[in-house]
Amino acid sequence: MTPTLTLFLIISAALFSIGLLAALSRRHAIFILIGIEMMLAAANLNFIAFWRFAPQPQAPTGVMVAIFSIAIAAAEAAIGLALVISVYRHYRTTNVEKLDQLKG
Amino acid sequence: MAHLITALILLPIAGALVLCVVRQSHARGIAFAFNALSAALAIALWRNFDTAAPGLQMVERHNWIPAIGAEYLLGVDGLSLLLVLLTSLLFPFAFLAQRGGRGFCALMLLMQSALYGTFTAQNFLLWFLFYEMSLVPAFLLIKIWGGEKRDGAATKFFVYTFLGSVAMLLSFLAIYFVRGTFDLAALATLGKTGILTGNMAWLAFAGIFLGLAVKVPLFPFHTWLPDAYESAPVGVSMVLTGVLSKMGVYGFIRLLLPLFPHEIQILGPWLLGLAVCSIVFASLAAWAQSDLKRMVAYLSINHLGYCLLGLFAIAASSPSALIDRQAVLSGVFIQIFNHGVTAAALFYFVGLLEERRGLRGLNDFGGLMQRTPLLCGWMSVAMFSSLGLPGLNGFIGEFLIFKGSFAVAATFTAVAALGLLVTAIVFLRAMQALFTGPLAESCGALPDLYLREKCIIVPVTMLMFALGIAPQFVFNLFNTTVVQMARLFA
Amino acid sequence: MTSWILAHLWLIPAAPLAMSLLILGLAGSRPRTGSALAIIGQVVALGLAVVAFVPTLETPGFRTFQNFTWFTFGEQALRIGWVLDPLAAAMLVMITFVGLWIFVFSTGYMAGDKNFSRFFAYLSFFSAAMLGVVIANSLLLLFVCWELVGLASYLLIGFWIHKPSAAAATKKAFITTRIGDIGLFLGILWLYGGSGTLLFYDGGNGCLEKTGLLALGASASFIALLIFSGAAGKSGQFPLHVWLPDAMEGPTPVSALIHAATMVAAGVFLVARMYPLFSFGALDGVTPSLTVVVWIGVVTALMGALIAVAQADIKRILAYSTISQLGLMMVSLGVGGVAAGIMHLLAHGFFKALLFLGSGSVIHGCHHEQDIRKMGGLRRIMPVTFLAYAIGMMALSGVPLLFSGAWTKEEILHATAHWPRSPVPYYLMMAGVVLTALYMTRQMICVFFGKPREAAERAHESPSVMTIPLIVLAVCTIALSAVLTPAWPWLHSYLTGEPAQFDLGRLIQPMLFVSLALVAAGIGLGILFYRNAGRDDPLARSQPLLFRFLENKMWLDELYAKTVIAWSAMFSKLSDWMDRHIWDGLARTIGGAGQLIGIVSANFDERGINAGVDESAAGTRGLGRLIAARHSGRIQTYMGVIAVGMLALLVLYAWLT
Repeated sequence: MTPTLTLFLIISAALFSIGLLAALSRRHAIFILIGIEMMLAAANLNFIAFWRFAPQPQAPTGVMVAIFSIAIAAAEAAIGLALVISVYRHYRTTNVEKLDQLKG
Repeated sequence: MAHLITALILLPIAGALVLCVVRQSHARGIAFAFNALSAALAIALWRNFDTAAPGLQMVERHNWIPAIGAEYLLGVDGLSLLLVLLTSLLFPFAFLAQRGGRGFCALMLLMQSALYGTFTAQNFLLWFLFYEMSLVPAFLLIKIWGGEKRDGAATKFFVYTFLGSVAMLLSFLAIYFVRGTFDLAALATLGKTGILTGNMAWLAFAGIFLGLAVKVPLFPFHTWLPDAYESAPVGVSMVLTGVLSKMGVYGFIRLLLPLFPHEIQILGPWLLGLAVCSIVFASLAAWAQSDLKRMVAYLSINHLGYCLLGLFAIAASSPSALIDRQAVLSGVFIQIFNHGVTAAALFYFVGLLEERRGLRGLNDFGGLMQRTPLLCGWMSVAMFSSLGLPGLNGFIGEFLIFKGSFAVAATFTAVAALGLLVTAIVFLRAMQALFTGPLAESCGALPDLYLREKCIIVPVTMLMFALGIAPQFVFNLFNTTVVQMARLFA
Repeated sequence: MTSWILAHLWLIPAAPLAMSLLILGLAGSRPRTGSALAIIGQVVALGLAVVAFVPTLETPGFRTFQNFTWFTFGEQALRIGWVLDPLAAAMLVMITFVGLWIFVFSTGYMAGDKNFSRFFAYLSFFSAAMLGVVIANSLLLLFVCWELVGLASYLLIGFWIHKPSAAAATKKAFITTRIGDIGLFLGILWLYGGSGTLLFYDGGNGCLEKTGLLALGASASFIALLIFSGAAGKSGQFPLHVWLPDAMEGPTPVSALIHAATMVAAGVFLVARMYPLFSFGALDGVTPSLTVVVWIGVVTALMGALIAVAQADIKRILAYSTISQLGLMMVSLGVGGVAAGIMHLLAHGFFKALLFLGSGSVIHGCHHEQDIRKMGGLRRIMPVTFLAYAIGMMALSGVPLLFSGAWTKEEILHATAHWPRSPVPYYLMMAGVVLTALYMTRQMICVFFGKPREAAERAHESPSVMTIPLIVLAVCTIALSAVLTPAWPWLHSYLTGEPAQFDLGRLIQPMLFVSLALVAAGIGLGILFYRNAGRDDPLARSQPLLFRFLENKMWLDELYAKTVIAWSAMFSKLSDWMDRHIWDGLARTIGGAGQLIGIVSANFDERGINAGVDESAAGTRGLGRLIAARHSGRIQTYMGVIAVGMLALLVLYAWLT
């Protein structure tokens, strides 16, 4: 089985779908964050894959974007965790079912 | 002395402002003091007035809103001066007749200022401003301090007069758009050649006529008057009939007659007919009244009807002789003054009766002559003056008006003479009911005139005698103006 | 002295006027002072009148006037003035003289009245106004004084103001005369417009002089008629006579002064004064206006005499007699006998004042009883009054030779006989003379002869302050005839300005016998009829219908009450009703229409515009609520939606490519 672009894209799509499923279905905020991280990872995988299977040689733009993305994801995760903690302090829960203050 | 008229207009307003900050109990005294000052200014105006000079005097002219032709233009001629003097005379009289607090006095002063303004303004917009300014205090005075039916009467008074005013304003706007000026003197000279043409002229005429006819009032626009005069407190009734009703006649002389000679000539017989109806129907209606105030109110319509009869007669018949025009104008001027004094005095007497008895119906009294001979005697003088007995003031104006109008409109004048007869009937009936017969039980304890009342009545009655016996001093005021106007109406 | 009084004629009316004001001002509580002041004023006026009389004697046709400007209106001067001519001078003397004795009489008659001094103030005021009428040289000034006379009469008739009947009578008098005055007023206006002046005499430019009359032209007749209507009102001519009998409600001296000697004569005086106008353009001495004067006079004279026959009130009989005599004077003026009319006016002033004062004395003596049916036999109890009354009665009836009234009446008959238009007035006048003698005889018999009835039993003669005026007037009544006889027609000449000649041969004229026969017939019939008259009237017995007709004054008062008065009262109610319902209703309808439009537009606002806006607002809100309900606030839902949306986009993308 040769590593082709399609294979990577399928893996990436699977990873994205799993992450999405996690983000949509889990009740705990932390798990949702984890799901989001998985979706980001899937996106990064796409960048790398498209870069790797593009005609060679070329500038390492895909890797650069992926690295940026990872850095942003780290920051996002930090903010997300901070928010979750803050929400927990305020509402004494991290169950997103209970957190419906956004409704109009 | 340059701004005498402005000072005259502003002084009562200043008085009204001062009244806002003083104690309730001082209000009447302060108002009276301001009245005295106004009277002094009016006399100063008289002293500075050159009776021999034609035209406006002591003119004050400033730009106000040039874009719409509004000017601050004041001036007096004989007629204006006469009315200013009448106003200055009647307001103190009214203040003496009526007790009132701060608000009452302040509103009266505002009205006084508006009246001075109306009689001296020579630009239509300024005139109209003052004309309307008098309406609001009058409305409030009736509405707040009036008698039983005051709400309806005040509203009727206001709506009726205001409707007329609006019509008049629209007419003047129409004139302004064509002629481009609001200056009354300038408009009067334009009037000779027709100030507007076609249907527009008729519309404008109708609007101004309506406004003034309501104010005087002329039959059949008079029905607000009996209600308003009846409901108003005595002092206000005195001013309403004495001065406010003169604004309408003044308007006829200043605005309608000079501006629309052709229209008046075409409508002549109809206008004369309305004036005659005013005279006859009002006197007949007065006969049917049992409320003294209402009776005097109707006679007020009747007496001002004579003025309009004369004015319409000379304006409607083109080849009227100079002597007739001069007779009518002099008669109307002196009638305005006389009626102001006499009608105010009559209201004052009705007020005295009402104050004593609490009622003012014709049948609430009887045999007063035995109980209060002085009150009856002096009141009879006012009544005889009003019915036009020679030797008292009413006769002279009526004689001159009838003299002038008989020469040009004999039939109408002859019918109008019925009014003289019915007026006599009305007053004699009133005297019979009030003064004669056995003393009514309810009147057994009525006091006769107090000293303060005598102090008011005697000078006023003396004035009636003076005007009736030697009226030359009043004629001197306006003879030059009469000559000038008689030429203008030729 | 004479030139001084001619320059100051106004002093004659001014004297009583000043006294009147003085009394009103000062003597409220001091009755004696009041009457004394009034009498002094009257004496002064009499003195001045006599002084003014002198110069008019010297030149026949004397006339002097002074005009001055009353006031200037515009450029026109309104001028008035005084005039003195024989007519005015004779009237002045008569009024002041008769007036003086009436004043004196009043001090007795009114003694004890609560308002004694006020009475004298009014009397003086009246006298002043009347004198003003006489000397006025301007129709306007005359009208002014004329109205003041009316006012004085109003005050005097209603002097006993607590009596409702007096109050009603005085109102009636003022209004009835005012009806005539309105005509007079219009006449003045017309005259002023036509001739340009109201001065009678103005050195050739007055309205009674040639230029003025020519300027009037054909309108002179109409003006004269209008002026006559004023005269008819004041002088109690048919149909405006109804006030005069009622005016007897006033105190008797008032009746003597106003309703016998002076005020009612003012109408006759006015016609005499304006005679040049009445006779302007006369053909054969007849003008349309004079013809009207004659016929009105005839009707009045006859009507008055007829009604007088059936009255029971002593003063009312005299009142109707006055009406009748005034009619006689008018006839005389109308047929051209101006001098005769004025002579009768002067003589009548004396003897009618005498009769009224005599009746006052009778009433006073009988304790204010006025019904002649309750009197009788007074000639023994009140001899002086009886004698004076008899002289007055004979003068009024026209007993020839000794009594002034006879001569003047004769002259009037004489003038009437020569009227070219118709002989009817002459015959009717003769009937009037018979009737006059008849009713006066009836009155004499009822009051002074026969047995005393209830009111006469306690009667007494009046005090001398009342009888002396009676004696004076009675003497004057007789003495006056000296200047009236055809043998020496001095007064006639004086008035017409011709020299008088003494000729005893003319004393006896055929007319004298006619007149004698008529008077004898009247008195004889009277004696025949009433010699046994007591409580019931023989006429009432023989002609009950006629008697009731006359007793009720021909039902004229009732007729007026049912017609003119009722109609005008109805018109007044109608105007009031129209005012309240039609004119005010019109105004209220227009106001109501405005209100209706207001209500409609308010409704349209409320239901149309407002509701539309409200609906859309509510719709928006509902939509919002619907959408908001979808916002659960759960992040996962949102994310799910985003995911589905993305998927959809992807599918769309795949489908498009």
